[in-house]
Amino acid sequence: MSKVRVVIAKPGLDGHDRGAKVIARALRDAGMEVIYTGLRQTPEQIVTAALQEDADVIGLSILSGAHNHIAPKLMDLLKKNGLDDVLVVIGGIIPDVDVPGLHAIGVKGVFLPGTPMQDIIAFITANVRSRA
Amino acid sequence: MKTTAEPARNFTTISGRSIDRLYTAGSIAGVSYTRDLNDPGEFPYTRGIHASGYAGKRWTMRQFAGFGTPEETNTRYKALLAAGGTGLSVAFDLPTLMGRDPDHPLALGEVGKCGVSVASLADMETLFDGISVADVTTSMTINSPAAMIFAMYLVVAEQQGADWRTLSGTLQNDILKEYIAQKEYIFPPRPSMRIIADIFAFCAGQVPRWNTISVSGYHIREAGSTALQELAFTLRDGLEYVQWGVDAGLAVDDFVPRMSFFFNAHSDFFEEIAKYRAARSLWAHAMRERFGARDERSLKLRFHSQTAGVSLTAQQPYNNVVRTALQALAAVAGGTNSLHTNSLDEALALPTAAAATLALRTQQIIADETGIADVVDPLGGSYFVEKLTRDMEEGARGYFDEIDRMGGMVPAIEAGFPQREIAESAYRFQQAVESREKTIVGVNDFVQDGGRVETLYIDEATGEKQLEKLARLKRSRDGGRVRTALDALREAAETRQNVMPPILDAVRAYATVGEMCDTLRDVWGEYEETAVI
Repeated sequence: MSKVRVVIAKPGLDGHDRGAKVIARALRDAGMEVIYTGLRQTPEQIVTAALQEDADVIGLSILSGAHNHIAPKLMDLLKKNGLDDVLVVIGGIIPDVDVPGLHAIGVKGVFLPGTPMQDIIAFITANVRSRA
Repeated sequence: MKTTAEPARNFTTISGRSIDRLYTAGSIAGVSYTRDLNDPGEFPYTRGIHASGYAGKRWTMRQFAGFGTPEETNTRYKALLAAGGTGLSVAFDLPTLMGRDPDHPLALGEVGKCGVSVASLADMETLFDGISVADVTTSMTINSPAAMIFAMYLVVAEQQGADWRTLSGTLQNDILKEYIAQKEYIFPPRPSMRIIADIFAFCAGQVPRWNTISVSGYHIREAGSTALQELAFTLRDGLEYVQWGVDAGLAVDDFVPRMSFFFNAHSDFFEEIAKYRAARSLWAHAMRERFGARDERSLKLRFHSQTAGVSLTAQQPYNNVVRTALQALAAVAGGTNSLHTNSLDEALALPTAAAATLALRTQQIIADETGIADVVDPLGGSYFVEKLTRDMEEGARGYFDEIDRMGGMVPAIEAGFPQREIAESAYRFQQAVESREKTIVGVNDFVQDGGRVETLYIDEATGEKQLEKLARLKRSRDGGRVRTALDALREAAETRQNVMPPILDAVRAYATVGEMCDTLRDVWGEYEETAVI
């Protein structure tokens, strides 16, 4: 079986990348292929990275409160590019009231502060599309 | 009688340093009182920079705040001052920190979210409306666009009739830790360092009581460093700034007295106290021995501290009140000159007014009810604290040597050295939490549902209001005057003129932060880091 391919991206203007980097390493140590895009990626850049890298999973790290702008744009672009089956997860500071809205547009996992890395790994493993 | 068996584990600090079960006189056999500690107010100031400690001057209770529109933040400031806060501290939103106006595509969804939106002098006028800048001290957390934001504050002072020579406050203005940790940089390191040297020179002449820089370990620690790495990288950054000032032709004692520092106050109580004590001694030695400073004020390290945001948990948020109180106690025992205490809801959102008031009350209780402020350096002479202090100093000197061998902090950053060290420590700590080698109450032990709190929600109206104001400003100002001022700024950047005077002129013409930064982006380009994971 080939490795699960994950693009970890940090959209928006925020530069706090501790969480993105720690989760990138944890997923790599769990046997996944991880591509970290670096900072300040637009939704367009993230979709391009996902296409180029043949990603199974996109993980967004957002701490600034811009998720309600970034996530809908990204989900829309994924659909337009035929990437509907890519698993999208978000980690960061997301107010509780915003979580149902994110699920409704197709973000499968929303991970709030304090989530163990093992839970995120298990979630991805259980929900990622199977690679032929 | 039964004895309890010793647990079969090694004790380490939160930074992973191993700790003995007992410290004795033998642990600090090599320490000389007069050479290594000395009385407070005496070189090397390990025990404090003031002979009388807090009896002479209590720390400033400075609560970092800013959100939404300048109008909303102005209201919060007036409330904080009315509640007994003794200084202001401005938190700017991400577009402002990154030198982008609210109408830039990258600002979408970010305006007013993590701080207050300040795009032009008009916003700064609103922010300080009804607050006399001559009578408060103001700290501004701004780095890449520090010169522009500072110029706006100076022009507001001018409008209020305040004398620049008596203005007091602090500009964070620490770009090195942005490349190392917080990543809110615009220009490449070398032109950024040049702006900072320009600010040093400008303030030495015209705003002599202003703290021109707050060399910051806070963000380095939040990004995952150990206490020792925080100490070492921050002080080595400080030495780098001094070197750039000296290379720009300034005399050490003309600008170093206005440099200040900013440290984290984390959870490992004794290790934090040792860190502050070591910092004072390291700085005093380095200023005297490396730079030949003679003015006592150049030798005395003054610092602000903030409790550790990263230690706050979204789970059982009331536990954060306790964490913050203990961290603040460490900062005070370590002789902090100024302090911010975090609010209990900050793992979830920006704080509500009630949470921010409780955070301020925490400091007031420490100051007035615990007695800790009555004695100078109350833990001086503790075998444990003295041994930790000594080890911190030695460890930091080891890092100084390593960075010196790389040619200084700018080349070390360009090589990714501090970034890698921090990423490594951050990952190691997370693994320790996952394996439960380190306990976080409410997160990996004593887990319990519930304990939700009301949080502040910044709605989208802020962005719209700021966009409208910006559009109105652009219609009403004198466009020709703005263009002339920006051209003068470009010329200063291309040559070796100090950038502060043309920035002040551009600010007076109501040029925006984005316009001024774009002018400099054209000249210097933008920095892009190689991501290290």
